[in-house]
Amino acid sequence: MRVTCPHCGERDRREFTYQGDALALFRPEPDAGPTVWDDYLHNRGNQPGRVRDLWYHDPCGTWVVVERDTVTHEVFGSEAAAEVAR
Amino acid sequence: MRIAGKGLVDRAAEVRFTFDGKWYRGFAGDTVASALLANDVRLVARSFKYHRPRGIFGAGSEEPNALVTVGRGGQASPNTRATVQELYEGLAVVSQNRWPYLDRDLMAVNDLVAPFLSAGFYYKTFMWPRAFWEKLYEPVIRRAAGLGALSGEPDADTYEKAFAHCDLLVIGSGPAGLMAALTAGRAGADVILAEEDARLGGRLLAEDEGVDGLTGPEWVTGVLAELEALPNVRVMTRTTVTGAYDQGTYGALERVAHHLGDAGGRPLECFWRIVAQRAVLAAGALERPIAFADNDRPGIMAAGAVRTYLHRYGVSPGASVAVFGNNDDAHRTARDLAAAGVEVAAVIDSRAGVSVDGDFEVISGATVTGTKGRLGLSEIEVSVNGGTRKIVADCLAVSGGWNPTVHLTCHMNGRPEWRDDIAAFVPSGDAVPGMIPAGATVGVFSTAGCLADGVRAAAQALGALEIAVPDVAVPEAEDRAYVLEPIWRVAGTRRAWLDFQNDVTVKDIELAAKENYRSVEHMKRYTTQGMAPDQGKNSNVGALAVLADVTGRAIPETGTTTFRPPFVPVSLSALAAGARDKGFAPERYTTSHPANVARQAPMVEAGMWYRPSYFPAPGEVTWRESCDREVTMVRAAVGVSDVSTLGKIDIQGPDAGAFLDFVYTNMFSTLKVGRVRYGLMLREDGHVMDDGTTARLGEQHYVMTTTTAAAGQVMRHLEFVHQGLRPDLDVRFVSVTEQWAQFAVAGPKSRALLNTVLDAPIDDESWPFMACGAVSVAGVAGRLFRISFSGEHAYEVAVPARYGEALYRFLLSQAEVLGGGPYGMEALNVLRIEKGFITHSEITGRVTAFDIGMERMISAKKDCIGKTAAARPGLVDPDRERLVGLRPVGAVKQLTAGAHLFNDGAPARREHDQGYITSVGWSPTFDSYLGLGFLRRGPERYGEKVKMVDHLRGVETVCEVCNPVFFDPEGGRVRG
Repeated sequence: MRVTCPHCGERDRREFTYQGDALALFRPEPDAGPTVWDDYLHNRGNQPGRVRDLWYHDPCGTWVVVERDTVTHEVFGSEAAAEVAR
Repeated sequence: MRIAGKGLVDRAAEVRFTFDGKWYRGFAGDTVASALLANDVRLVARSFKYHRPRGIFGAGSEEPNALVTVGRGGQASPNTRATVQELYEGLAVVSQNRWPYLDRDLMAVNDLVAPFLSAGFYYKTFMWPRAFWEKLYEPVIRRAAGLGALSGEPDADTYEKAFAHCDLLVIGSGPAGLMAALTAGRAGADVILAEEDARLGGRLLAEDEGVDGLTGPEWVTGVLAELEALPNVRVMTRTTVTGAYDQGTYGALERVAHHLGDAGGRPLECFWRIVAQRAVLAAGALERPIAFADNDRPGIMAAGAVRTYLHRYGVSPGASVAVFGNNDDAHRTARDLAAAGVEVAAVIDSRAGVSVDGDFEVISGATVTGTKGRLGLSEIEVSVNGGTRKIVADCLAVSGGWNPTVHLTCHMNGRPEWRDDIAAFVPSGDAVPGMIPAGATVGVFSTAGCLADGVRAAAQALGALEIAVPDVAVPEAEDRAYVLEPIWRVAGTRRAWLDFQNDVTVKDIELAAKENYRSVEHMKRYTTQGMAPDQGKNSNVGALAVLADVTGRAIPETGTTTFRPPFVPVSLSALAAGARDKGFAPERYTTSHPANVARQAPMVEAGMWYRPSYFPAPGEVTWRESCDREVTMVRAAVGVSDVSTLGKIDIQGPDAGAFLDFVYTNMFSTLKVGRVRYGLMLREDGHVMDDGTTARLGEQHYVMTTTTAAAGQVMRHLEFVHQGLRPDLDVRFVSVTEQWAQFAVAGPKSRALLNTVLDAPIDDESWPFMACGAVSVAGVAGRLFRISFSGEHAYEVAVPARYGEALYRFLLSQAEVLGGGPYGMEALNVLRIEKGFITHSEITGRVTAFDIGMERMISAKKDCIGKTAAARPGLVDPDRERLVGLRPVGAVKQLTAGAHLFNDGAPARREHDQGYITSVGWSPTFDSYLGLGFLRRGPERYGEKVKMVDHLRGVETVCEVCNPVFFDPEGGRVRG
């Protein structure tokens, strides 16, 4: 599998550490309440198909949001987490 | 036997080899299979289940029968296909799965009880008693059935892995592959041409065919010369593409030195990961057998393989060859043999009214219904016009038609499609993104068609890559139509083999269908068809056709076969190349490593680091003696310990303080320059991630330390928080773990020791507890931190790593003058337990700040990672298991880590569990074992007695619950 690091270009997936849903970038306010925090921390739909996940490119330290399809394994593109978070 | 004047082997270069200990001669360019056939050796193996005599069936990697062991001892390679193994001088080949001899195999008794060994036999027979399976049935079955055995010795060969990138990967170098590579090569694309065989050419080496007025091999030589002259083309022979993976990644096995008697330093195999923008799959087609009674005898071969042996190796597999087929292609075998002067016994064509030009008998509308010959074919029985005839032949060339090699197109869930006109599966469109099948792989069977299709496929790939397509003339070649009438099996009552490698017959498929294993996948698992090393290359389509037939369905509606990677067996050694021995677990050494080893300190792993466990002094026999001495030494004088393995992260920028406030529970923006603070870091779910000290070296400059174990995780976490959550903060950080060598100097004499190396002596006023800053260490710019992990007056001194070893040796020599010395991990652990300091033995990932009594370290003045979640009621429940100290107070004085805690008098069972012990050590300071652990409502229970029970080691100890800080709870000593 190949993942594109916005900083280094296309690389083998062995260079990356997988983290999980890119939802993690959208941290609730501290007073958002337990339901919102539960959804942020724990609840994931885990549906097959198109997902946006976080991958860490170990050699350069860039967090990357990768959009891909868990059924076909197609990778649609990637974006630096810092850009998504801005 | 050899045929004069035929073949591409080098008749001037004789090569000697042994088979089952007997010497034979072959030529350079031979395979083991061709050389054995040249020597009229027909019996080369015994079958998997019935131990039937078997010969060579094919001429390539799909060979189902001729599996042999090559090499000796730790270099032996079992299950090597004799058709792939090239000959070299002195090569030792041994047959497999026979006892004691290949021609007198006592296990052949299995064949006599064959009626009892049908599909599902094991499942039905060896059910009871259950315990017998593992002890009796399985070992016996495994010994009787099977393949070659491993030597049991460590693999003595070397292996490599490698990566390659290209615009176009061409898989296979037959006419289609060569034209694809040539077209893309001339276009300037980066091309890798991967060919499984030692020579390029595919079937062009195996047929008597002209291309552009040249012989096939001559034309191939010309193309190879052009490809080799192109700097953008890389030709890889002996390289099998084994799998197609995501985003154009392909696995390939290069057999680097299997053909060499002396590898000369080369690896035996190299496993490649090739990343290709586009690929052309020109893998050709595989000829399929026909199932008829006793069709597995040595001498019964694929018709195309017979031509390969004739044209490529100059060998006729028999003196009198019969041909049995259902297509025109099979006739070439008879014509070519006759032209070479080999006697053709007859051509048997299952189709009616077929005529063939040639000086041999043609029996059309006929089938082979039986064979004879115990260790090799001697006679065949032919059914024609309702009668039978016997024909004497020692070789029978069989062709049931050709199956396109669609395997790689199935590796990403692609399902091949059935084509009635060629009675075969072809790849479905776009089965693997970016891979374009071509030539025989898509059912184009004429040479002219394949040459043109290779150009077509390359042009398609170049178009996608936006590279201009050059004008390539397609060479002239044979363009005959491929005509066949499918025949999968000949009716009869005797056993007819479908899967030679797994001994699966037509009857087994019929039985599976009768017992309602009607799905292909169920049938395969029930009969084991297609599960051997050949992965059903010869048998899958035939078995499917028979299943379709007996269940009354059409082939497409019955299903397709699932081909999974790898295309050919790949040794684990090749996949694991580079990861054996130390390659599996790399070692990281500190700068003090040589000095520690010189002092005979046993080195223990801490992640990838190696750290000294203890330093044995003269006369010390056990580790405990050394450890006790080192603890006492630190408490009484001074000890030195390398702490460089702790993660060190340099953090700089105007927002560095704000950033640390967000990742730590406590405040760092308010820390004064020149001061150090202990910090607690949580995960967002409220559990403790890590802890450590962070020093403020300047207004915008901090240095964070992490635990050794969590250094990588913390770095990743900091990057995530900065990039993903707080990109607004102007801060940068980098790991400097390996740049600084850092040593703990601990004990009442620590300052005295340090002042021997510091250019400007320090005192309590200039360096109070938790002070930090730059110092000059024997002329080297270093850093000094007054921090303590032992409870003693202590420092950590850091210098650039290149000075680490010198400083360490110097500190040790000076420490010894003061009655001190080095201390290892064991002593370090006891010192911190005495002081109640936590490590990852305590913060295991399911422990909260509340559990370790640090809930007040979560600042109320600011938000931080984990703050909201840490406040959840369940995480601050007083009933939780919380950190306590434990010391034995009863008759038994031992504590053990991992033991559980129970109320005195309660049974030691799970439902009464009150907690557990995480760390223990013998404290020479207190002359007692001390423990840290987690106990329900722990801090409320100081003074109470609980029972520690270690069911595993059989230890039961009454303990008193106490404050985890055993030693100097007021902290007077650290302040010196």
